[in-house]
Amino acid sequence: MSSDAMAIPAAGTVARPWVEVLHEWVTTVDHKRLGILYIVYALIFLVVGGIEATIIRIQLIRAHNDFVSPQVFNRMFTMHGTTMIFFVAMPVLFGFANYLVPLMIGARDMAFPRLNAFSFWLTAFGGLLLYFSFLGGSGLYGAGNAPDVGWWAYAPLAAKAFSPGHSSDYWTIALLVSGFGSIGTAINLIATILCMRCPGMTLNRMPLLAWLNLVMSGMVLIAITPLSAAQIMLLIDRYLGGHFFDTQAGGSATIWMHFFWIFGHPEVYVLIIPCFAFMSEIIPVFSRKPIFGYPVMVGATVCIAFVSLSVWAHHMFTIGMNSYANSFFAITTMAVGVPTGIKIFNWLGTMWGGKIQFKTPMLFSIGFLFQFLIAGLTGIIMSAAPFDWQLSLSYFVVAHFHYVIVGGILFAVFAAFYYWYPKITGRMLSEKLGKLHFWLFLIGFHVTFDVMHIPGLLGMPRRIYTYEPRPSWETLNLIVTIGAFIQGVAILVFVTNLVLSYFKGAIAGNDPWDGWTLEWSVSSPPPAYNFASIPVVASRRPLWDLKHPEDPDSRYE
Amino acid sequence: MRQTEQNRRLVSKTSGLAVLLGGGLLAASLCFGAPQNPSQVPSIFDPHSTPAESIYHLSHFVLSITGLIFAVVFTLLAYVVVKYRRRPGDTGREPTQVYGSTQIELAWTVIPILIVVVLFLATARVIHSVQDAPKPPSALEVTAIGHQFWWEFRYPQFGVVTANELHIPVSDAARPRPTFLTLLSADTDHSFWVPQLAGKTDLIPNRVNHMWMDPYQTGIFLGQCAQYCGTQHAKMLLRVYVDTPDEFDVWVRAQLQPAVQDDVVSAGRRVFESTACINCHAIRGTVADGRFGPDLTHLMSRQTIASGAAENTKANLRLWVQSPDAIKPGSLMPAMQLRNADLEALVDYLETLR
Repeated sequence: MSSDAMAIPAAGTVARPWVEVLHEWVTTVDHKRLGILYIVYALIFLVVGGIEATIIRIQLIRAHNDFVSPQVFNRMFTMHGTTMIFFVAMPVLFGFANYLVPLMIGARDMAFPRLNAFSFWLTAFGGLLLYFSFLGGSGLYGAGNAPDVGWWAYAPLAAKAFSPGHSSDYWTIALLVSGFGSIGTAINLIATILCMRCPGMTLNRMPLLAWLNLVMSGMVLIAITPLSAAQIMLLIDRYLGGHFFDTQAGGSATIWMHFFWIFGHPEVYVLIIPCFAFMSEIIPVFSRKPIFGYPVMVGATVCIAFVSLSVWAHHMFTIGMNSYANSFFAITTMAVGVPTGIKIFNWLGTMWGGKIQFKTPMLFSIGFLFQFLIAGLTGIIMSAAPFDWQLSLSYFVVAHFHYVIVGGILFAVFAAFYYWYPKITGRMLSEKLGKLHFWLFLIGFHVTFDVMHIPGLLGMPRRIYTYEPRPSWETLNLIVTIGAFIQGVAILVFVTNLVLSYFKGAIAGNDPWDGWTLEWSVSSPPPAYNFASIPVVASRRPLWDLKHPEDPDSRYE
Repeated sequence: MRQTEQNRRLVSKTSGLAVLLGGGLLAASLCFGAPQNPSQVPSIFDPHSTPAESIYHLSHFVLSITGLIFAVVFTLLAYVVVKYRRRPGDTGREPTQVYGSTQIELAWTVIPILIVVVLFLATARVIHSVQDAPKPPSALEVTAIGHQFWWEFRYPQFGVVTANELHIPVSDAARPRPTFLTLLSADTDHSFWVPQLAGKTDLIPNRVNHMWMDPYQTGIFLGQCAQYCGTQHAKMLLRVYVDTPDEFDVWVRAQLQPAVQDDVVSAGRRVFESTACINCHAIRGTVADGRFGPDLTHLMSRQTIASGAAENTKANLRLWVQSPDAIKPGSLMPAMQLRNADLEALVDYLETLR
């Protein structure tokens, strides 16, 4: 590979009028800037969704609490769920994919830069539309309100008869619009990864991050389509007199469930696969070993993608499907555990025999492994359909999927922040604040979500704004709320770290972690168009080859 | 320094586990006991009916297997983290670069597949035994209809109609008398969940679902709607009274009686029949035949009102009629805006509906 790439200095930082800077950001088609926009946008919504979660937890701190009305509570959990999935998790992962994929495959930008910008702005306006419902939900004539139908918006609750006004329309259109944005980005990522790899980078030499984002993008195309179709059908129901889901006119409530979950379950993997990608880049570097079983990791990911397309109705074990359907979805769900298990074992295999450095990104990665293990196992527990008849729709499920999304996805995203922030900004995040953030968040997470399983076992359903006084429920909910506040403090530490380090952090240099993939070969932040001359690679770890000419990987592949 | 970090990390993980286990024990200690007291916790680990017990046994099996997997993988993780950490005074040399091992990877593919097969077989057996159980001729049939935000129960074998408090007979091995529920919905999705008697099944408009239970202990079992159904989903509570066969027969006979006609409260009856009450409520033997709200023919035979949201007392009845939002904000019962005299007369009348 060419070493010219390393000589390119960072872009100049001459002071310019803010209007000009703003104009540049709004009209940018640069994959790095769009990546940053995605990430910052997601962080803002993370705080918003976090505030909604806090309101939910304060309301549930004791029985018969009246901190908020039932109407407000129902809006809060609807907005919290919708925001966190569609306007935090998706954008932050797309942001990292946008930023990292071209750098890691030795490309100068995404395949379709303008489609990239278009997709981001669709997602951005989708989020704004959702939140505009607070003002416009009942139309301009009166006080507005946000949607209160839950993030699945089960029919017929979202039908005109049960959801008058426009709150459900804002929900529908926000998801439709941001869904188109997701499809655009997915097409872009696929085209980029398949067509723009640098010379020498065969599919078999691609960093796992690129592989996993390729699989994720394929899943987006398959999963978002039925969601968009269902949203369009719902709009037809609500405005053109359609009866797809209008049960009062003979429509079907269960068909909405199928449409939603054939999106909803693959969506979980759309979110977790990029996190697997972060783990597959970070764990090797801090263990000082290459990923264990690269081909199997790729195979397991593809396998997860396929199997996860046939498990959706495990969200519907309680709707009265017959015993054959229940058995089918039980076994497919259990089967997903196999490739997922392989991945966990391969990460352990990567660490085995290494020299593990406990920098903040690695701490979050180990947290991810621990929590994802438990989340996977509670998933297996619920795949036993009869057991799910008890656990489904209870707080056990809520604890389970927060274990996946917070304990898994969010921990992985934090790891990614600590790992790539130096590349993106040119400055290191503070290790001291990072470790404080890690331990606080770890403790808060476990206090909240370990305990949250138990009320579900004791018969507490989800989505209730209040509950009857029972000592056990009250004690457990109090503990859960305390944990939520600890997590809140940890998030504040994180945001402080992001801001402080941007101005005061140690200068990162090109390669602060002694990494092996192409993004570490360019300056931090990388120059416009990334590579002065396109690199040529001969193995999966081009920088290892460069640093160890006596023992390059290319000899073994 | 690194050493202490390691220790702290382990301590934290162990304490996380301890919380989980301690919580489990707390849960277990809270949930056993006779279900006579309505404030009792409806734990899924305290089953009193065959479907709930089948699930309970399956849960032991599933929890043991997943617990074992957790123990093995967690031990591996802890071992790797402790053993392969970079030690102080490290030479800085890179460790041996290992790229994979087909045998090992094959092993950790095949073993999970075997576990999945075993888990699936155990699961499929319980699915079949619960879902495909034959209905004996002695079974009691009840039609449960979910409404925003209350339960309607109809007994087609007797012609009884009641609300929110389901009465069923105890079923013993000598004289099995399971209850088979037909589940319908009048509006949105609901879910019937009484954890100690059976797993939950949804009530979905335009769809007929079924579930069954055969409680072998008398008492009151608590549950509530588990599928989000709108503003007052939280206060769509549910009670199942499991009676002895004799008590159940007495209850059915009482429910079949027409409404009490007491001339002392004719003023209240006039209020009821001349206001919007009759649009939604039925009292058999009167002009009131509304079907939108609960049947009030034997209102006073129920211990709660507003789907379990309040005790059935005179004060609560008065409050409920006058301002339902004080008990259940967002319920579909309108505030009746009655004059005080009318309100008193009406409540006196309702109190005679035994």
